[in-house]
Amino acid sequence: MFNMKHLIPTALALVGSTTITSVQANEEVNVYSYRQPFLMQPIFDAFTKDSGVDVNVVFAKKGLTERLKREGKNSPADLVFTVDIGRLNEVVEAGVVQGVTTPELEKNIPAQYQDSQGQWYGLTTRARVIYASKDRVEPGAIARYEDLAKPEWKGKICTRSGKHPYNVALIASMIANNGEAETEKWLTAVKGNLAQKPQGNDRAQVKAIKEGVCDLAIGNNYYYGKMLMDKEQSAWARSVSIVFPNQGDRGTHVNISGVSLTKSAPNKDNAIKLMNFLSEAPAQRIYAEQNFEYPVKPGVEPSALVASWGTFKSDPLPLNEIAKYRTLAVKLVDKTGFDN
Amino acid sequence: MYTQTQSAPLSRFFRNPWFLSSAFIAFMVGLPIIAVFYLAFYPEENIWPHLLDTVLPGYIFNTLILMTGVGSLSLFMGVGAAWLVTMCKFPGRKILEWALLLPFAVPAYVIAYVYTDLLEYAGVVQGTLRDLFGWGSYQDYWFPEIRSMGGAITMMALVLYPYVYLMSRAAFLEQSMSLFSVSRNLGHTPLQSFLRVSLPVARPAIAVGLSLVLMETLNDFGTVDFFAVKTLTAGLYDTWLNMGNLGGAAQIASLMLIFVVTLIYMERFSRRKQKQFESKNQGQSLEQFQLIGVKAVAATLFCLLPVVAGFLIPVSVLGYYAYLYFDVSWTSKFVSYALNSFTLSVIAAVITIIIGVTLAYSKRLNSEGATNILVRFSGLGYAMPGAVLAVGIIVPFAAFDNALDDFLRQYFGVSTGLLLSGTTFAIIFAYTVRFLAVSAGAVESSLTKVTPSMDMASRSLGRNNLSTLLRVHLPIIRGGILTAALVVFVDCMKELPATLILRPFNFETLATHVYQLASDELLEQSALASLIIVLVGIMPVIFLNKSISSTRARSK
Repeated sequence: MFNMKHLIPTALALVGSTTITSVQANEEVNVYSYRQPFLMQPIFDAFTKDSGVDVNVVFAKKGLTERLKREGKNSPADLVFTVDIGRLNEVVEAGVVQGVTTPELEKNIPAQYQDSQGQWYGLTTRARVIYASKDRVEPGAIARYEDLAKPEWKGKICTRSGKHPYNVALIASMIANNGEAETEKWLTAVKGNLAQKPQGNDRAQVKAIKEGVCDLAIGNNYYYGKMLMDKEQSAWARSVSIVFPNQGDRGTHVNISGVSLTKSAPNKDNAIKLMNFLSEAPAQRIYAEQNFEYPVKPGVEPSALVASWGTFKSDPLPLNEIAKYRTLAVKLVDKTGFDN
Repeated sequence: MYTQTQSAPLSRFFRNPWFLSSAFIAFMVGLPIIAVFYLAFYPEENIWPHLLDTVLPGYIFNTLILMTGVGSLSLFMGVGAAWLVTMCKFPGRKILEWALLLPFAVPAYVIAYVYTDLLEYAGVVQGTLRDLFGWGSYQDYWFPEIRSMGGAITMMALVLYPYVYLMSRAAFLEQSMSLFSVSRNLGHTPLQSFLRVSLPVARPAIAVGLSLVLMETLNDFGTVDFFAVKTLTAGLYDTWLNMGNLGGAAQIASLMLIFVVTLIYMERFSRRKQKQFESKNQGQSLEQFQLIGVKAVAATLFCLLPVVAGFLIPVSVLGYYAYLYFDVSWTSKFVSYALNSFTLSVIAAVITIIIGVTLAYSKRLNSEGATNILVRFSGLGYAMPGAVLAVGIIVPFAAFDNALDDFLRQYFGVSTGLLLSGTTFAIIFAYTVRFLAVSAGAVESSLTKVTPSMDMASRSLGRNNLSTLLRVHLPIIRGGILTAALVVFVDCMKELPATLILRPFNFETLATHVYQLASDELLEQSALASLIIVLVGIMPVIFLNKSISSTRARSK
């Protein structure tokens, strides 16, 4: 039997040693993250340098809430980092986080971007914008999300799946503002205007505009910055302009990335220290800059590149009001066959 | 015991160590599956009215089409190629024999990405065509849409056919040559002999390979999501993540398991009356046909195409991007990621094989119902989407950890915290549950070909069951075991969703590293890591393939 005989003891030893590995060192804070660690590493490094507290990370795009819930009071996690209000709400509803307030958090983070019980705090914001072809769409030709339903755009719109959290939140915000019936009509009309079946990611839609498949696309605006930084993709970005929708009325739909303190939090003091640190101006600037997002703390400027895209008015409706309609939004996507 | 158990009383049954160990294994690996069933009883809301009204019929239809498509294409490529390289001589056969395994090292989500990059409107292929023929926009011509059902079927079959190829080649190699010779002597053409003798004899092995392909197809999320093909798995994740209804998602997962159980049962039922054994090649060496002319070229092309499409093209594209983005993608941590992947996969492969042998052998010893059901049940983890299985593992592990902690706190005043959750042990457990079907199936199909007279001879010479297994069966089925080990190893290297959810803090494997970049749509930058997964996956492919081929060499 090949070298099984040698492998078994090694295997057992490894299994044994790894189960004993503990995360109980003194000065540290443990993070479950729905965001990619490389986006946060610079800011965690800065925190460690500043405070001497190490930051340990587990990253996954799904299942962390369930893990927290099952690990219960013994969970080693102190903080959960999430993107999208839907996720922030999910951890609150699962009952795995606790409310916390500090003078710093109160002062730095606008009420609109924090939970009333302090169960989550927004750290950065991003706008869901319309990308329009520079060549084929006149400036001002499209000004509102509602305009996407107009017959003149038949066969000219691209988008990713209606089920993607970013689109779900946008549709939920339409329901919150215009009502369910109007939104269903809007979705059906937009579906009729699509150039192709919803597919790919936000960048792929901009690429499709560059290639002439469509003229308009829905996307988060930080992708514009990310594409500019990429050798191949910068040409895609340069073929489009960013339209911040609904400037004449309620404002553009924005979503957040945020953080919550877990119920079990074994390193609570360090965790709160990190939360405060993230809400202060220097950290806000670096953190937002990493992903071409907007700092939530008023008065902190976004990076020069992000600032060059222009200022805009954002939809003032509290995000919790929008999150209420997420399930309904998903059902409307099914009902209208948006993704088919 | 082989013959006694037919009428063994129940008490004797439970004193049987083989039955007890397979019952224990089935219980352990069944825990996550039971946990998912348990979750299915507590949905947030009843999803079925909404699903039935809207998308469910479409999901089921798409799932069936996808499985039929991937299954047929994999059978065609896998069995065809296995037969050619085993029975015929043609140019390039020696290289193709192992090269046909290479696509196996390419994760489905990677190949999907690569081909989209090449074949979409903006890709190289269509761009070149447009330049060549002067077409202006995409209204001017028709080109197959890669992001479609057809695209998904092709992509998945290209990386999954090696399951069928591996299993059926092992079966063809193990087949006694005399059967085939008799058929030829009785006047059958080679093709007729293949269809009427070799193929039916290899059927159990081919069925194992095919069921692995189908289960893998069923639980795939990455590819169908990327190609916007709405299958049951897509509906499951939608229910879980977008509607916040884990219970509803668990119900869909249970529905999918019913799919699989039906499938397996149908296959078993169709050959319920068959029983076949053979003793080892009986001194007959495998004689190969020398193909010449058009036939030789056709055979070479038939075997070359899957290798080129499933391996050479994707690896070249990855290599190109890895080169282009090398400075941003290479980090000093790469070696530790690769080491993590490699260690976990080796440990999981060894454990899974040991358990697989135990199950398959105890099924051989106790051929009646109970053991059979236990063995089938143990394999169900393979059909479950990885992330759901991960949640199914968290539930019992955390429950055990917390119960132990409570107990020790209460009576001894010490706290153990989480002992198993969030450790590499949980990941290895996940791999074992997930890939046990692969090892048990492969071992079982090899074992069925060992004639019971071997067992009887060994037992009558005074060996007990364990000693018979170690001294008689294992040496005979060595090829089948190596095949199984290889498949499990490579599968573990590629495994993503369970690794992501279950891993400890600051722990990365190559797959999680690729995912971290890929999920931020930085696919080009993840090319280097993808390439390394593929390359690390190739090493054992080549190494183990030598051992499998030596089955033939020794018999010559």
